Amino acid sequence: MAAYILRRLLWTVLLLLVITAVTFVIFYVLPSGDPAKLRAGRSPSPETIAAIRHSLGLDKSLPVQYWEYIKKLVLHFDFGNSYVNDQPVKTLMFDRLPNTMFLVFGAAIIWFVAGVFIGIVSAVARGSFWDRFLMGGALVAISAPVYWLGLVALYLFANDIGVWHVFPGAGAYQDAHGFFHKAWTLVMPWLVLSAAFAAIYARLLRSNLLETMSEDYIRTARAKGLREKRVILRHGVRSAITPVITVLGLDIGILMGGAILTETVFNIDGIGRLSYDAIQRGDVSTIQGTTLVLALAVAIMSLVVDVLYAFLDPRVRY
Amino acid sequence: MAEPLLQVEDLRVHFETEDGVVKAVDGVSYTVDAGKALGIVGESGSGKSVSSMTVMGLTRASNAHITGRILFDGKDLLAASDDEMRAVRGGQIAMIFQDPLSSLHPFYRVGDQLVEARRVHHDESKAQARDRAIEMLSLVGIPDPRRRVDSYPHEFSGGMRQRVMTAMALINDPKLLIADEPTTALDVTVQAQILELIQKLQHELDTAVVMITHDLGVVAEVAEEIAVMYAGRIVEKGHADTIFAEPEHPYTWGLLNSIPRLDTPRDQELVPIPGRPPSLITRPPGCSFAPRCPYVREAHRRVDPVLASAEGADHTVACLLPSQTRRALWSRLRAGASPEEAKEAVNIPETLSESAPKEGEEVTSA
Repeated sequence: MAAYILRRLLWTVLLLLVITAVTFVIFYVLPSGDPAKLRAGRSPSPETIAAIRHSLGLDKSLPVQYWEYIKKLVLHFDFGNSYVNDQPVKTLMFDRLPNTMFLVFGAAIIWFVAGVFIGIVSAVARGSFWDRFLMGGALVAISAPVYWLGLVALYLFANDIGVWHVFPGAGAYQDAHGFFHKAWTLVMPWLVLSAAFAAIYARLLRSNLLETMSEDYIRTARAKGLREKRVILRHGVRSAITPVITVLGLDIGILMGGAILTETVFNIDGIGRLSYDAIQRGDVSTIQGTTLVLALAVAIMSLVVDVLYAFLDPRVRY
Repeated sequence: MAEPLLQVEDLRVHFETEDGVVKAVDGVSYTVDAGKALGIVGESGSGKSVSSMTVMGLTRASNAHITGRILFDGKDLLAASDDEMRAVRGGQIAMIFQDPLSSLHPFYRVGDQLVEARRVHHDESKAQARDRAIEMLSLVGIPDPRRRVDSYPHEFSGGMRQRVMTAMALINDPKLLIADEPTTALDVTVQAQILELIQKLQHELDTAVVMITHDLGVVAEVAEEIAVMYAGRIVEKGHADTIFAEPEHPYTWGLLNSIPRLDTPRDQELVPIPGRPPSLITRPPGCSFAPRCPYVREAHRRVDPVLASAEGADHTVACLLPSQTRRALWSRLRAGASPEEAKEAVNIPETLSESAPKEGEEVTSA
């Protein structure tokens, strides 16, 4: 197991190198606005631009620039500075990462619990009114874009602009202090972000559970004289939930790179918001940094999921 | 003589489906005495599994219509509530299944699965139940049970898994063990071991056994009584010796002639039963076996046969051929004749057997 994890981590390092190279090439080779011009202010002289270009190292050849980027990254864990405001990208990201984590983990708990619960109810009551109702609702939740759902939620429930003043609205998170106050401002973002995920998980668990309930070992469990509730939860759901946990790990990893739409709609200062602003301003070094964080999070979460799998399914061995 | 342990009377299990009503079991009656073994033999879809799943109360569904009586230890299981049924299930009637790998939960240690089975029916601590589990594993011949109790199902071989299943089924000292094709998924060499084990436990623990199989060789090993099922009904029933020596139903003859035997000449060909079992939705009128029967007469397609006494004690058969014709045919077949040769040699009359209901008469009970 330890050897397996080590091997996977080495692969992860290699993967990250490839990802930095690819993003480097994409943003420097493709026209995405000249960072030097961006910095130079209004109607600069060609000399000023050249000077800035030199100071940012942009006049060097692409491989040299890449090499210097990697060297700083590996030796000093330095992602370079933002082209827009010259702040270290590392600081920009790590200031915002806790906000993204708070948003994502809170939402993940909600969508996982809701998805599993709805999935079980639908599978057990297959074909009933509740099954149709819940699966129909799931389809709506999957189809609704997050930014639309977010705006509708704000319009209806925000305590500043909403029809009913129920939950704190956009931007409230920034001014909140303390765990519970921050959590309260996140209720709407959590629900909005969870909706589509909960729906997908519910459908996934429902179909897994229906398949599991026709397995031979479920018949065995019934033949033992177990209560149906125990048959479903201990024997059925135990098997049906395993693939859902895999998906959960990867989804959390992906969202660690920023829940861009949710963070933007609700004005939460997270990694997603940072990426959004960086993309708008052509701030290549920041984009590079957030891309790396996203890749790292996905790689680590998929490793976590694979290791976890060995505990969930005793047949899996590394 | 004492009351039989299990008494199934005119059991009918009909499932309503989109294609029509599937009459999976259509008027089946049999009894099992305490400590004895009954073999139920038949092809896939003959209703042999459904009838025993019904005894376990596992076919209860909104689309299932179950009628008849299942008396177990004097109690009618069809009238029992779900809670009462759960107490019987696994406690007094236990079951083992065809594929021991898929029948054990892959994620739980076998010990935990045995402990769970024990604790449903006994108010015991986990430690007590675990000791009992180890004892049972040892009884079914799992080597080093103290260590193996913590293994997962995939860490056992097929035969060992079936031993584990058997240990789990018998952990509550049930009065009846239903074994549904327990050896079908196993290697031939292992099959014999499992049959021996079941027989050994039947005698040691005084457990009655219902052995469901398509393989007459399997029931020959284990069962004292044999019931042959076809298309949801029992077509022949009797002592094992009688069924093997003096069978009177053409379907039973077909089953016997389609098993390879070591004591027949090598050039003698196996005779498969032609055709397929009938649809259980639109059962043909008359004898269900008529479309596949080499000795069929016109009247057999109109009259439903009923189980009636045949030669030998407690021997019943549902066949429209007159009894002396049946015996004449079987004596040819036993001597090695093919069904065609036997048909040539014996004059098969158009008249029906003495026990057959009159034409047009409605038959309600088999």
